Amino acid sequence: MSRAVQLLYFARLREALGVAQERVELPEEVADIAALMAWLAGRGEAWRQEFAGCRPLRAAVNQTLVANSAGIAAGDEIAFFPPVTGG
Amino acid sequence: MQQADFDAGAEIAAFRLARADTGAVAAFIGQVRDLNDGQAVQAMTLEHYPGMTEKSLQDIVDRAKARWNIFDALVIHRTGELRPLDQIVLVAVSGAHRGEAFAACEFIMDYLKTEAPFWKKEQTPAGAHWVDARESDDRAKRRWNDADEPQAS
Repeated sequence: MSRAVQLLYFARLREALGVAQERVELPEEVADIAALMAWLAGRGEAWRQEFAGCRPLRAAVNQTLVANSAGIAAGDEIAFFPPVTGG
Repeated sequence: MQQADFDAGAEIAAFRLARADTGAVAAFIGQVRDLNDGQAVQAMTLEHYPGMTEKSLQDIVDRAKARWNIFDALVIHRTGELRPLDQIVLVAVSGAHRGEAFAACEFIMDYLKTEAPFWKKEQTPAGAHWVDARESDDRAKRRWNDADEPQAS
């Protein structure tokens, strides 16, 4: 069964990773944000630096801020970004 | 959300005139400073998350309306390239009396600064860098003790 999700990266992450968005097929064991971050951290040095917990990071699922324990499912839009600095 | 500048006077006037039982309008304007953390700022770029930004701002305004007896709230936020003295954001809140309008206006700004998905990148003589979030902004939000607050990671 397909477990495709849309991943979006903003600001510092978008520049450091060199990608704004991508569609990925989630492995069976990736069921929440924390597991997704651990999986992404394994993609290489730039990914490890952003997703291995060394730098502050926020996640949103379907455009709502969530904690790392939040579950993810096929079809979700999942965004990662640094703490916000608007206003 | 808009790239273009706005006429704060005209926006506030139209907002103020929308209801004849309005007795108070509290408004806040944020603008680009030419100095941040001791460095000269020549320009900045404001990035946002289209879709989530609108949803987040609507949620913040809804929470303010649930908490205070206010009539309406107006939020205009710019994105793209901005220079020192450019306006970034306008928040206006109307109500019958000033107390609730002041409080709700400050609440909306404190939540906008810590939840709405905007990011600033500053151009300085030493190069360009993404602005770090401030702990003082998180403290400003926490003092409202909002029970409905989403859990950030």
